[in-house]
Amino acid sequence: MTMRWRALVALAWRDTRTTRRRLVLSMSSIAIGVAALVAVDSYSANVVRSIHVQARSLLGADLSVSASRPLPAQVTALLDSLHARGATDTRVTTFSSMALVSGSEGTRLVQVRAMGAGAPYYGVIETSPADKWQDLQSGPYAIVDSSLLVALNANIGDTLSLGYARFAILATLRNVPGDIGIAASLGPRVYIPDRYLGATRLLTFGSRAQYEALVKLPSSVNPDALAKAHRDLFDSLQVRARSVADTERSLTRSIEQLGRFLGLVGLIALLLGGIGVASAMRAYMAEKIDTIAILRCLGASGSQVFAIYLIEAAGLGLAGAAMGVVLGVAAQMALPHVLGSFIPVDVTPQLEWIPVLGGLALGTWVGALFALGPVLGVRNVTPLQVLRRDTDDAAQRAARSPWRDPARLAAGAVLMASVVAVCMARAESAIFGLWMSVAIGAAIGATWLAAVACARGASRLATVPSRFVVRHGVANLERPGNQTRPVVLALGFGVFLLGTLALVQGSLLRELASTADASAANLAFFDVQTDQAFLLDTMLRQRDYPVLARVPIVPMRIAALASPRRAKSETRRETKGASPRASERPSWAIRREYRSSYRDSIAPSERLVAGHWWKTDGPDRDGVFEISLEQSLAEELGVVLGDTIAWDVQGVRIRTRVTSLREVQWTRFEPNFFVVFQPAALREAPQSFVLLTRVRDDAERAKLQRDAVQRFPNISTIDLSLIENAVGKILDRVSVAVRFMALFSVVTGALVLVSALAASRRQRVREGVLLKTLGATRGQIASMLLTEYALLGAIGSAAGIVLAVGGAWAAMHFIFQAQFALAPLPLAVVAVATMVLTVVIGLVAARDVFAETPMTALREV
Amino acid sequence: MLVARELTKSFPSGDRTITVLRDVSFTIADGEFVAIVGPSGSGKTTLLGLLAGLDAPSAGSVRLDDVDLATLSEDARARLRGAKVGFVFQSFQLIPTLTALENVRVPLDLRGDESAQSRATELLARVGLADRVHHYPVRLSGGEQQRVAIARAFVNSPSVLFADEPTGNLDQSTGLRIVELLEELNRDAGTTVVIVTHDTELAAHARRIIRLSDGLVVEDREHTA
Ligand SMILES: Nc1ncnc2c1ncn2[C@@H]1O[C@H](COP(=O)(O)OP(=O)(O)O)[C@@H](O)[C@H]1O
Ligand SMILES: [Mg+2]
Repeated sequence: MTMRWRALVALAWRDTRTTRRRLVLSMSSIAIGVAALVAVDSYSANVVRSIHVQARSLLGADLSVSASRPLPAQVTALLDSLHARGATDTRVTTFSSMALVSGSEGTRLVQVRAMGAGAPYYGVIETSPADKWQDLQSGPYAIVDSSLLVALNANIGDTLSLGYARFAILATLRNVPGDIGIAASLGPRVYIPDRYLGATRLLTFGSRAQYEALVKLPSSVNPDALAKAHRDLFDSLQVRARSVADTERSLTRSIEQLGRFLGLVGLIALLLGGIGVASAMRAYMAEKIDTIAILRCLGASGSQVFAIYLIEAAGLGLAGAAMGVVLGVAAQMALPHVLGSFIPVDVTPQLEWIPVLGGLALGTWVGALFALGPVLGVRNVTPLQVLRRDTDDAAQRAARSPWRDPARLAAGAVLMASVVAVCMARAESAIFGLWMSVAIGAAIGATWLAAVACARGASRLATVPSRFVVRHGVANLERPGNQTRPVVLALGFGVFLLGTLALVQGSLLRELASTADASAANLAFFDVQTDQAFLLDTMLRQRDYPVLARVPIVPMRIAALASPRRAKSETRRETKGASPRASERPSWAIRREYRSSYRDSIAPSERLVAGHWWKTDGPDRDGVFEISLEQSLAEELGVVLGDTIAWDVQGVRIRTRVTSLREVQWTRFEPNFFVVFQPAALREAPQSFVLLTRVRDDAERAKLQRDAVQRFPNISTIDLSLIENAVGKILDRVSVAVRFMALFSVVTGALVLVSALAASRRQRVREGVLLKTLGATRGQIASMLLTEYALLGAIGSAAGIVLAVGGAWAAMHFIFQAQFALAPLPLAVVAVATMVLTVVIGLVAARDVFAETPMTALREV
Repeated sequence: MLVARELTKSFPSGDRTITVLRDVSFTIADGEFVAIVGPSGSGKTTLLGLLAGLDAPSAGSVRLDDVDLATLSEDARARLRGAKVGFVFQSFQLIPTLTALENVRVPLDLRGDESAQSRATELLARVGLADRVHHYPVRLSGGEQQRVAIARAFVNSPSVLFADEPTGNLDQSTGLRIVELLEELNRDAGTTVVIVTHDTELAAHARRIIRLSDGLVVEDREHTA
């Protein structure tokens, strides 16, 4: 038996002798998909490994306890009690503030981190010049992001003002553990010693800050257990406790999520490659009919012949997968450059065996499965076909009627089941995986249908052109043995991916720009205290800048929710307990701090969707005020019109009833609110203000910010153009990463194209040479090829563009919930590039037509 | 009129050159039916290729209707073939992706001739395939394929038709019918026919026989059946 298998393998190997290069080419389309998966999986395994090693540095402590207000006494008491067990702790306070440097012009919103002595306990903050971190605590010093120095045109040694305090800039940051590269573009960081925090006088009423205690525990105390033991206390006080293990878990989860998303792109590339393999294999098997018939004549059984080609298919799958693994490992080395700015740890790439072996297995399996369909066709070849010269016909018949062959149907079913299984295994949840495979199937199916429809349409039109060469080129699309479908599928999918990306990015950027137009305001002042509001208002008016809005903000929490119409067990939910039905989100919605406002009319960025806006101002007979909720928040809280909510406003309980729901256009620059109160409810509450103004000129705007900050050091300003820049930058980075992954699919598409054209190349060259003997000039042959390939490219682009517009619209509508904008230019660029690519690859594949003399037609037998 | 003068063709083979044709000269007048015969490997196909301008000779010249083929570019030679030359091959050489009718039309289509459809239909009827016009080559028998090829060769009313072993892949009686068809067309249209064969029986249908052996013309005689 083994002997016989060995003979079959040898036969299979010899059988590929003249076509190995072409087969390798077709298998390389599998390789790209495998490469993408191996690269993404290996890199995310690398990152997870690094997270594990660096988790303590990321947190900077064994346990972190934080809250959005000063840590309550019970918590500090608990921390103190741990000292007895050998623990130490220190504080970190994080908030935004304006920074300015004496002697330079600008101001900049920065992230201030006031560090207690010893913080962080783990991980090294690298500075430039080196080793300045340990000097931070020795005086009023600051260590800042170098981007701040650039923005403020300042240097190390200059004096930085934060609020009412001044700091000497000691160094710039080179590397902070847990740092995500893009964070700095949102707000440069400024580290100061926490004993100077008071001097800044920045933490006034209403300013947002995070108060954190870093705890270092002796090895005898398990931080995870400690956090769990006091979970109830922390929860009731709205304090967040994170252990090293928590940090590791949540980071790992988000990395795996990123990996899954990017892996999806790899999976699509793999399937696309599989389709390419199937079409190349079909052409290959059609050529092999003669050989098979001869083998059958010489006594090979049907199953032996089948085994030979199955061995070839599996061998090719393995070869393609192996090629993919090598490429994937190489791409893994490139990924840090593309994704690095989203990754919170420093990653040293290393070989990951599980992704490598997994990729090898998956690639072989998918390659062999896709090749299986055409290979199954060989069972239909009879020895008689050696004698009858209708072999091509038999091959075409075998290739065309897979529907009536139960074995091929079964192979198709196994293929689909495998794809679904792979999707389900890679997805977060089985059901999501199922939907994912349905979506992938739908996208591929839609492109396929578009390919079929376009090819049919083209062949109908084939009688229209008056020039023979054009007509011939068009008609070739639907001729027997054509490669139109796989080519259009490959091209269409590439265009679909690239087009969707371009459109989504364009729409997002336009949305951003339209925000800038729609709201007249381009400068906002935050944390303006009640007594400052009037002064700032006057200052603006004196300089002829409009005060476009003066919006009060009142911080508060939910004290109790009540829903009179629901079952008794659910009617009251104190803030401590989560909703019995839902998981964490409602509990977060209940526990979070709200920054609400009050006014007597609805804002232009809002739309009433249920209930009515209050007409009077004041509580009802029971002392209950009216409020309006943003509709998705109402959904999350499980609140409907008429429900009552009690609020804790700085210790004062205010009872309210939901009388309207609003839809809010969050992308507008104006401050928007989840909860809006009747003015009477909050007018007397402690509050701060946001003032909006418009200053056209960049220099004037910078000067105004600086003057305001110098006069009122505690207030912050936000310049719309800076936000636009920052968001644009992030979008750029994201799109580079997504494009990098899309590239895999596009390259796969190109390879499918190349291998499909290579499969029909022999026939093409033969036909071209024959046409030459019949009187065709090289120009005529070139125009035929040009017509055919340009049309293929055009059909592929058209199918892809239609899908891209649909896909981008869906993405904008369902994911980003923003306006879809059709940008024809990027689509045109993608389409033209695709057509050029197709024509070039097609002409290169057929170049022998021009090289061969017509003499070969006489010699061909 | 087709004039071959001192045609020599050699191919490089390793560091030597092998000469396949040596000083071949003859003149074929319009309307002749000539058979080029000789054993396999004697250079018949090579000669045919040179006469039709598919390949260039190493020395000597070919003049077709007083045009020296060597003075024409590749494309000009192709256009000349399209206008004046017809071909029939041993292996039929139909384009597999085109139907019988489409195959026959090709030479006229390449010239942009409006009459392609009617002329091709007429010729297919002439070779007895009126009911097979929309069949693809794979659906036709060898004899039928070769008749399609002959219809294609005649569709542009060539002044010369070259046929390289046109019966080589066919059984004897089918082959005979093909040669008779060629004779008939030669008679009716006055087309010069140059047929290559190693089958002396078929050659007997020709009125003149040129015999090649090892690249040399060893016999050139009128033949009366
Ligand atoms: N391109 C070529 N290179 C080298 N030798 C060739 C080439 N073409 C033909 N020959 C040789 O020329 C000789 C004549 O070939 P051919 O004209 O095909 O003979 P025939 O058609 O009479 O059988 C043969 O020996 C063949 O091997
Ligand atoms: Mg020959």
